Amino acid sequence: MTEVRLRTQLSDGIQDPQLTPPAAAMTATSVATRPIIDPPETAVFGLSELNLWYGHKHAIGDIGMKLPVNKVTALIGPSGCGKSTLLRCLNRMNDLIPGVHIKGSVTYHGQEIYTPHIDPVEVRRRIGMVFQKPNPFPKTIYDNVAFGARVNGYSGNMNELVERSLRQAALWDEVKDDLKKSGLALSGGQQQRLCIARALAVQPDVILMDEPCSALDPIATLKIEDLIRELVQHYTIVIVTHNMQQAARVSDYTAFMLADEHGAGRLVEYGVTSEIFTNPRDRRTEDYITGRFG
Amino acid sequence: MAVQAETLRATGRVARRQLVSRLSRWVLLASALIGVGILLYLGYETVKEGAGRISIDFLTSYPSRKAEQAGLRSSALGSAWVLGTTVLLALPVAVGTAIWIEEFAPRNKLTTFVKLNLANLAGVPSIIYGVLGLAIFVRYFGMGPSIMAGAFTLSLMIIPMTVIASQEAIRQVPPSIRDGSLALGATHWQTIWHHVLPQATPGIMTGIILAVSRAAGETAALIMVGAFTFIAFDNNSLPVANGWGSLLDDFTTIPIQIYNWTIRPQPEFRQNAAAGIIVLMVAVLSLNLLAAIIRERFRR
Repeated sequence: MTEVRLRTQLSDGIQDPQLTPPAAAMTATSVATRPIIDPPETAVFGLSELNLWYGHKHAIGDIGMKLPVNKVTALIGPSGCGKSTLLRCLNRMNDLIPGVHIKGSVTYHGQEIYTPHIDPVEVRRRIGMVFQKPNPFPKTIYDNVAFGARVNGYSGNMNELVERSLRQAALWDEVKDDLKKSGLALSGGQQQRLCIARALAVQPDVILMDEPCSALDPIATLKIEDLIRELVQHYTIVIVTHNMQQAARVSDYTAFMLADEHGAGRLVEYGVTSEIFTNPRDRRTEDYITGRFG
Repeated sequence: MAVQAETLRATGRVARRQLVSRLSRWVLLASALIGVGILLYLGYETVKEGAGRISIDFLTSYPSRKAEQAGLRSSALGSAWVLGTTVLLALPVAVGTAIWIEEFAPRNKLTTFVKLNLANLAGVPSIIYGVLGLAIFVRYFGMGPSIMAGAFTLSLMIIPMTVIASQEAIRQVPPSIRDGSLALGATHWQTIWHHVLPQATPGIMTGIILAVSRAAGETAALIMVGAFTFIAFDNNSLPVANGWGSLLDDFTTIPIQIYNWTIRPQPEFRQNAAAGIIVLMVAVLSLNLLAAIIRERFRR
């Protein structure tokens, strides 16, 4: 019953019925007909034929997409579809995992980052990252924020930088009198905003977020989402999320990933978020966002 | 059919299983008490025998063939010198090895072989290290039966266990902290220096202090090196003041002095031995206490 109703809704919204071939036919069709758009904005990242193996396990396969500047791009998909792996490819965080093998191309402002003369440290200081579980260092709040700037040889006024970063992360008013307290003494949501402040202090131009709210309560989640909308005016943000409402709320573009029959994550659909959620062109995207699997 | 209270009593198999279960508690308590009991008895006998000899004079007198005039002065100094030098030699090597193994070592057959054999090295009998020390440090490098030779020998002995303890401590540092640091553009070494090492310090300190406690009681290896000797002078010249200073002096240590006293026929020397044991035990227990304090302080 439900299925019929949803299908009807779907076909109402679609002009060209040829764009929604059945799922079985989908894997057989060529890359060119996949519903993957090229965002009109300047691309910060360009991925093409990106493959990654953990030892013999093919984790992501033939990912090709462009991530636009000053927008929030959300990566969604069920567990094990390779979204976090893809995210970690963007700032070479997979480098240190033993047995990782990467093929294909990732460009950052047109510069290929997987070539021998590119230093991962230079990449990471421009592309910050916030992790699933808040991971403040067991140091003071001040030192947490100052650490990244210090190791990168920041020579400006550290107090100003710490205050600016904490303000940008909407945490300053809550901690300004406790800068000498341990970062671990904060609540989960505050810790995550501290981690965002810490990333901002290095003055990156991209922030990668790996399920940043999955360990947080709804109120803390809302604060981080507001913050993301605030930050995207100045930064490019790529966010992995399990929460589809979150993707719908915060992102401008959404990419839907799914593991193929061998377990390798593939990009199924990529487009403007509102389109993906109201008018998915691939049957599997529709099934996922309507909660029929995953 | 209503269940009768009678049927809920343990009978048959259940009763037997419960009996074994209740007995196990007392058997286990007994085995715990045997160890503690023997230790307490030994401690009691030692204190009864030796407490009377503990005095400032005992600590500040050179060894003597008259039991009542003999003391621990030269052996305590020797122990302090050897252990201090051992720590200085072993700590950097052991921590460096542990960091390399945990953070940098490629995963191949050679490193796997090295890792496996660290545990074997930690289990090698100390007398073997003594023979090695005699052949290499005393003879080949010509250090003679000196503090330096003793310290090198004891370092070899404690490095494997210190490496294992340090590895354990480094592995305890959560990967999320490393990721956090690397994602901020810190290099691998900055991550190790600012995050991994500080968090691993309590574990590393505990490991080195426990290893030093073992070295403090070491007799066999040092006898091989030639520390079983009569010392009636102070090892008191620092290396900076006069070349190698006392590092090339002959020496003896507390456990060797104790051994020396126990093999004398006169009963008075046995009192001295007991008193020496008390001093050594207090010193080792203080070290362990220090380890606990450091651990707690760093944990905060």
